[in-house]
Amino acid sequence: MTEMLEISDLTVHFQINQGAIEAVDHINLTIRRGEILGLVGESGSGKSVTSFAILRLIRPPGRVVSGSVHFDGIDLGSLPEEQMRRMRGAKIAMVSQTPRTALNPLLTVGRQISRLLMVHAGLSTREAEKRMLEMLRLVRIPAPEKRANQYPHQLSGGMCQRVMIAMALATSPQLLLADEPTTGLDVSIAAKILDLLRELSTKTGAAIMLVTHDLGVVAEICDRVAVMHAGQLVECAPVRDLFHNPAHPYTKALVRSIPRVDRDVVLEPISGSVPSLINPPSGCRYAGRCEWTMDRCRVSRPPMVEAAPGHVVACYGFEERRVTC
Amino acid sequence: MSLVEIRDLQMHFPLGGIGGTLARLRGQAEPVLRAVDSVSFDVEAGETLGLVGESGCGKSTVARCLVRLLKPTAGSVRYAGKQIATLDAQAMRPFRRDIQMVFQDPTASLNPRLSVRSMVEEALTLHTKFDAKERRARVEELMHEVGLGRDLLDSYPHELSGGQRQRVNIARAIATNPRFVVLDEPTSALDVSLRSRAILLLEKLREHLGLSYLFISHDLATVKYLASRVAVMYLGSIVELSDTRDLFAKPLHPYTRALLAAVPVPDPDARRDDFTLAGEIPSPIDVETGCRLRGRCPLAKPICAEKPPLKEIAPGRFVACHLVAELSS
Repeated sequence: MTEMLEISDLTVHFQINQGAIEAVDHINLTIRRGEILGLVGESGSGKSVTSFAILRLIRPPGRVVSGSVHFDGIDLGSLPEEQMRRMRGAKIAMVSQTPRTALNPLLTVGRQISRLLMVHAGLSTREAEKRMLEMLRLVRIPAPEKRANQYPHQLSGGMCQRVMIAMALATSPQLLLADEPTTGLDVSIAAKILDLLRELSTKTGAAIMLVTHDLGVVAEICDRVAVMHAGQLVECAPVRDLFHNPAHPYTKALVRSIPRVDRDVVLEPISGSVPSLINPPSGCRYAGRCEWTMDRCRVSRPPMVEAAPGHVVACYGFEERRVTC
Repeated sequence: MSLVEIRDLQMHFPLGGIGGTLARLRGQAEPVLRAVDSVSFDVEAGETLGLVGESGCGKSTVARCLVRLLKPTAGSVRYAGKQIATLDAQAMRPFRRDIQMVFQDPTASLNPRLSVRSMVEEALTLHTKFDAKERRARVEELMHEVGLGRDLLDSYPHELSGGQRQRVNIARAIATNPRFVVLDEPTSALDVSLRSRAILLLEKLREHLGLSYLFISHDLATVKYLASRVAVMYLGSIVELSDTRDLFAKPLHPYTRALLAAVPVPDPDARRDDFTLAGEIPSPIDVETGCRLRGRCPLAKPICAEKPPLKEIAPGRFVACHLVAELSS
């Protein structure tokens, strides 16, 4: 079996006074062993909620309404909390967007990593310490012996992010969920973090789900890309295919809306904004912003169809356009 | 004469603390953080000058000296020919109308207890002789100009989205019909789709109102889109200043080249320049003598122990590197 993670029909709602926020809507997604999958979309498209749902970290008022997440054939939804806790950190790890707030300010960074190793890998204090230093070296932290004894506030943002990655990889997880790991970092530091992620994935065979809104980052390191809009998955394709033959109007709009260093472009912002996810429009949630909208787009949700091998898209317009050419 | 002329601008912050006290007692020079060290550039009327560099390179400090939120340690800042680097708060007031600034964090720079109307109107009350009716009309005109609905006038910042908040900041900055606006990372806190709209809005306003911008950013793609010229800063100094097109086509200074090479390009087939620098930006407290990039630059030679001047190597193209002759061939 090559699918390491299989998300089927996942739906997550957040119940608030005004109604249910339908943050993730019937998503199907798989991640293969050793691959880097990019999950892209604007803010509020449900990218982070999806990764929290994988780790079963959705807390009230949030609720997984339907769907399942299988990891290595195990249905994560049916695991008792104690076993799920062992899964987190050991098999599935996460690197968050804000490394400084994710780290414990009262513990030295070395301590945080060795604690994790003692809990999840059952190492002795001494072994954990040794492995912790190895990890810090692996993520290229200069003078790891000195850094290990420092607190998060003594490290720069890029350094904290590397500590987070070291921590996430310390137990050799099979899946790493990286939520905007380079957002807010300077370009040269971000480039180093990306190189590091790719190298580590090759070295350890870990799969990575990279949540980002930066298409540059996606093109740089991802093997496959899934595009989300307003809680729905609209397209999923190998990275080359996605950039050369984007099939969904939203993906096309996303690519045209960014200024780029490598060529001169005419900027075309995506029209409209992400619809409210409380009582969202039925049918395709992009219909209100799309230049190709047809009557049936507003009525029912377009099914995922195969545009090319391994390339799926959810758009009635795509089917129509394909038939006519 | 350029609209803004900056010459040998220096901004040093005394570190204070125990180290400072000890140094004073010993009669030594107090240790300082050299945030900006002899920076010179001009901004022409109607142009957008991009100022790029990584965190801590001193770009925001330059901006703050320019709008005189800081008093520079040394050097001159001329606005329309007049020296403003040394003016006190009172004497600076007439210039505030002409020189405005938009900050990076659209939320933190708005007063949470004032409505949109009062915030935009405040600038008019302070700097114009408009009566209440004229002010109201002008506020509505400004809302239209930045693309905000009139229905938002009585909203408070928490009721607005990030993109709307940044538009309020922009409306407030252009309220007094300034000629020069410093934009300090105005698009960094915005989401992808909002970012491109903000970029287009800024460009439209510049053309419409004949503004000049100093556009500060670490987002090189946005700078490339908006700026006609770009200055690159590293550790408090400008290392390269050039026409935008030339700079992106062929970066000459090793720092510029490494910076550009690090930008991820949204094209999976793009060939990447693998030029990188060793290590990370050192602290601006004990800076190296000579070229400040020396310790990290793979091309460094013995001559780099001397400080390279910012030399004009082609019309309008300035590079501070001893090896520039080799690099440009």
